[in-house]
Amino acid sequence: MQHFLFLLRRPPLTGADLRETLDMAMTFAAFDVAVSLLLLDDAVYCLKPGQNPPNPSLKSAAPLFAALALYDVREVWVEQESLQERGLGGMEWPIPVRLLRRCDVAALLAQADGVVSG
Amino acid sequence: MGVLHLLCASPGASSALAQCLGRVRQGDALLLLEAGVYAGLQASVHSALLTEALPAGVACYALLPDLQARGIGQGELLPGIEVIDYSGFVALAVRHNPIVTWG
Repeated sequence: MQHFLFLLRRPPLTGADLRETLDMAMTFAAFDVAVSLLLLDDAVYCLKPGQNPPNPSLKSAAPLFAALALYDVREVWVEQESLQERGLGGMEWPIPVRLLRRCDVAALLAQADGVVSG
Repeated sequence: MGVLHLLCASPGASSALAQCLGRVRQGDALLLLEAGVYAGLQASVHSALLTEALPAGVACYALLPDLQARGIGQGELLPGIEVIDYSGFVALAVRHNPIVTWG
């Protein structure tokens, strides 16, 4: 089974990209590809609880991430340094995540059959 | 062979290069293309990123058509950056996997 890693680097509410990237991840998973997500830099803000965007056309990112497990996207990696740089070290996670250090990210990228930058 | 990292944004406009360099390791390759070629300009303050933060054992390339489009001559680039054309790009893509786009 092929393994694809979806790389997120941008915060939520910046447009349609996040939803489209997560839709793509779930589509890959539906077609028997092992899918995992990696959140770097501002993308860690996607998992900050309590998001409440006032504009109904800009939906909160949290429900999108909650849907991932239903589609067998179970590995959501989050870089520890990205959290620390943003003061999010003690955050409550809306979904289960796996933490990794920056020095281990290169190896995680290398072992994927493909990386989709979202 | 290692990962091929693509950089298409200028370090003057985006933090993509700095973010990429923290996640690159020996055996990987970095290709500067589109506006990313500006990162290779020796005279730019941003060249410090490549000279200081590019790990050892990482080959750095710049795409010739994108240099030419921007009036950048090979002599203006940091030493150690290899200039390649589109068929060189294809050869890199065949040799390295996966390919990661950093914007």
